[in-house]
Amino acid sequence: MDFTFSDEQRMMAEVARDMLVTECSSAAMRHQMKSGVARDDVRWAKICGMGLPGVLALEASGGLGLAETDFVLIAEACGYTALPEPLVEHAGVALPLLVEAGGETSLLGRTTSGEATIAVGHPANPFVSEADTAEALLLAHRGEVHLVETRNVGLVRQESIDPFRRLFRVEWAPTSTTRIAPAAEGDVLWTRTLDRGALFAAAQCLGLAQRAVDLATDYAKERQQFGKPIGSTQAIKHLLSTVQVKIEFAKPVVHAAAAELSARSAYASPRISQAKLAASEAADLAARTAVQVHGAMGYSWEVDVHFFLKRSLALTHTWGTPAFHRARVAQRIFEGPLGPDHTFIRESANA
Amino acid sequence: MKLTYTPEQEAFRREVRGWMEAHVPAKPLPSFDASREGFEAHRQWERTLNSGRWGMVTWPEAYGGRALDLIQWLIFEEEYYRAGAPLRVNQNGIFLLAPTMMEFGSAEQKARFLPRMAAGDDIWAQAWSEPQAGSDLAGVRASATLDGDHYVLNGHKIWSSRAVFADWAFGLFRTDPASERHKGLSLILFPLSAEGVRVQAIPQIDGETGFAEIFLEGARIPVENRLGEEGQGWAICMATAGFERGLMLRSPARYQVAAQKLVQLYRRHENEVDPTVKAAVMQAWMDSEAYALSIYATASRLMAGGKIGPEASTNKIFWSEMDIALHRTALAILGPRAELLDTAPDAGDVDGWLGGYLFSLAGPIYAGTNEVQRNIIAERMLGLPKG
Repeated sequence: MDFTFSDEQRMMAEVARDMLVTECSSAAMRHQMKSGVARDDVRWAKICGMGLPGVLALEASGGLGLAETDFVLIAEACGYTALPEPLVEHAGVALPLLVEAGGETSLLGRTTSGEATIAVGHPANPFVSEADTAEALLLAHRGEVHLVETRNVGLVRQESIDPFRRLFRVEWAPTSTTRIAPAAEGDVLWTRTLDRGALFAAAQCLGLAQRAVDLATDYAKERQQFGKPIGSTQAIKHLLSTVQVKIEFAKPVVHAAAAELSARSAYASPRISQAKLAASEAADLAARTAVQVHGAMGYSWEVDVHFFLKRSLALTHTWGTPAFHRARVAQRIFEGPLGPDHTFIRESANA
Repeated sequence: MKLTYTPEQEAFRREVRGWMEAHVPAKPLPSFDASREGFEAHRQWERTLNSGRWGMVTWPEAYGGRALDLIQWLIFEEEYYRAGAPLRVNQNGIFLLAPTMMEFGSAEQKARFLPRMAAGDDIWAQAWSEPQAGSDLAGVRASATLDGDHYVLNGHKIWSSRAVFADWAFGLFRTDPASERHKGLSLILFPLSAEGVRVQAIPQIDGETGFAEIFLEGARIPVENRLGEEGQGWAICMATAGFERGLMLRSPARYQVAAQKLVQLYRRHENEVDPTVKAAVMQAWMDSEAYALSIYATASRLMAGGKIGPEASTNKIFWSEMDIALHRTALAILGPRAELLDTAPDAGDVDGWLGGYLFSLAGPIYAGTNEVQRNIIAERMLGLPKG
C-alpha cells in the first residue's frame, strides 16, 4: 500500500505544468481565440519536444511506455491551463486505443511523436473533438473499432461555447478495410477508452477547479472595497475555502482511479465514475464561485475566468454524463462488497 | 503508487479481526456520557484492549503500543469499526494528548502518563475553551501562577468533553500574567480530583452530560506537570489541533461503516422513498470513500517523511459535513419514525440514527468551528490576507 506519486512522476508533471502555464498565458490564449487557429504551432512543438504525446505509447514506437498514473498529473496541468490543443485526448485516450486495437504501425510512430494526431469518436460522445486537425479517427461501429483517415470522412462543425473546443459530427461509412478490431474485442477496448476519457477529463476538472480558485484568490487579494482587500472578509474566504475542500476530496479519488486503472483493478471503472462526478462538481462550483468573487468583472469577457467555466461545463458532460457515471457507482454500491475493508480491491473480491 | 495490501498487511488484518471477534462485547455498552456505569464499562473495555496490546497500536512498545505504521493503524481502525467495537472513552487522551506528549513531553512524563493512558487507568479530558475564549482561543484568561515548585491554577474552563467522569485534564493556562494573546501560555496537566478543582456537568442537546465546565480555585499542581516549556502552550496546542483535525480523531472507517449501514437501511425501505434519497445514500457512500482515500494518501505521505499542514482543516470540514448529511439521509428514510427514541415500542430499526444525527450537529463546532477552519484554509492554504 503506497498512495504517493514517485519523485519522477511529480517532476515530469511539474516541468510540463510550468511549460504549459508559460505557453498558455492570457495574452497567448486571447490571441489564439481571436485568430481562430486550431493549434498554436510553437506550443505544440514544445509539447512534442517533451515527449508528452507518447507518454502512454509503447517504447517500441518511440513512446515512454508509461501508465495512466504517470499521465494523470499532466492531464491536471492541461486543465489548469485550459490547454486548447488536444494533448489529453490524443495522448491519454486515442493513442492507447490505437495501440490496444493493433492499429497500423506507420501511424504509430508519427502519432507517438505528436507529428500527427488522432481523435476518437466514442459512442458516449455524439461529437468528436479536434477531428479536423487529426490525421485519422478511431470510430465505433457496432462495437468494432475502425481507423479512418480524416480526409475520407465528412465533418460537420458544431460550435461550442468553449472557444478552444472544435466539435464535429462525423459522417462516414465503415468498410472491412477500416476495421482494426472486431466487436468481440471492441467491447473491452471501448469500455477502457471511456474509462481513460473519463479519468483524464476528471483530472482536467481538478486542474480547472484549482485554476478558478487561484484566479479568484489573486483577484480577492488585489481588489479593494470598503478600504480593504475583499479577500480579507470572511464572506469571500469561506466561499473559496468551501471550493478548496471540494477539490481536496476529489483529488485522492482521481489519483486512486488512475492507480486502479493502471493496475486493471476490478474497482477501476466505478472509481473513475466516482472521480468524474467529484471532480466535475468541484470544477463547476469553483468556476461559479470564481465568477461570483470577481463580481461584475467575472461576468465580463475581459477576465479569463470564463475559459475555465466553459471548459468545466464541456467536460462535465463528455466521456459519460453524470447520470451514466452515477449508474456505474450505483452498481458498485448495490452489488459490490461494502465496508471499510473494501476500499481497495482484495483477493476475496477478485474471486 | 500501489493501492493493494501486502500479504503481511492482510495477515495483520486477520489477526485484528480474530481478536475483535473474540473480545468485542456482544451487547453495546451503555453510553459513557450518560452514567458512571457506562463510563466505567468503557474503561473496562480500554483495559481489555490494552491486555491484547491493542490500546494504541502506533505507540512505541515501551508505552504499551506495537510501534505500527499509519497504514497498519488504518487497517486496525477498519477492523475495529467493522467489529462494532465500543467508542473510545479516552479519545482525548490517546488521539490528542498522546501524540503531543510524544513530541513535546519529557522522558519522565511519557513514562509516567502514557502506559496508564494506554491501560485506561487515566481517562483524559481537554480543558482549553473558556466562556470568553471559544473560537478566539488566544483569549484564554485562566492563570497558572508559579509558587515555589507548584503552579496555582485559577479560572473557568468549559465544554470539556468527558470531564464529568474523567481522571485528568490537559489545560491551557496563562503563566505570564503580563502576556497577551498567543504569548505567555503553557500547557498543564492536572488531576480532576485535585483540591481546588470543581467539575460541573452541562447537559447536552441529547440530555446526556457529555461535557462539563471546570472551575479552578487555587488548585496547586506540581511544576513537572507542565508539558513543554513555559510560554510554549500555544504552539503545542496548535500541534495537537493538527493531529486532531488531520488524521486521528475521526478515522475513515467510522463513516464507511455508517455509510454501509445507511445502504442497508435504504435497501430495507427502498420502495417507500423517493429517488432523491437514493442519490443521497450514494453521495454518503462516495464521500466516505473519498475521505478514506484522502486519509490513506495523507498516511502514505507522512510515512514518506511529509508533515501535516493547513490542509488538515479541510478534513475536519469534510467529515463533519459528511456526517450530518449521512444521518439526515437516514432520518429521511425512517420518515415518521425518525423522531422516535430507541425505547419507543414501535421504534423498529431506528437503531440510534437519531442520536447519531444529534451528535453530528456538534461536528462543525468542536475541535475548532468550521468557520475557523475555513479562515485557516483561506489564510494558510490560499494566502488571503487576515481580516
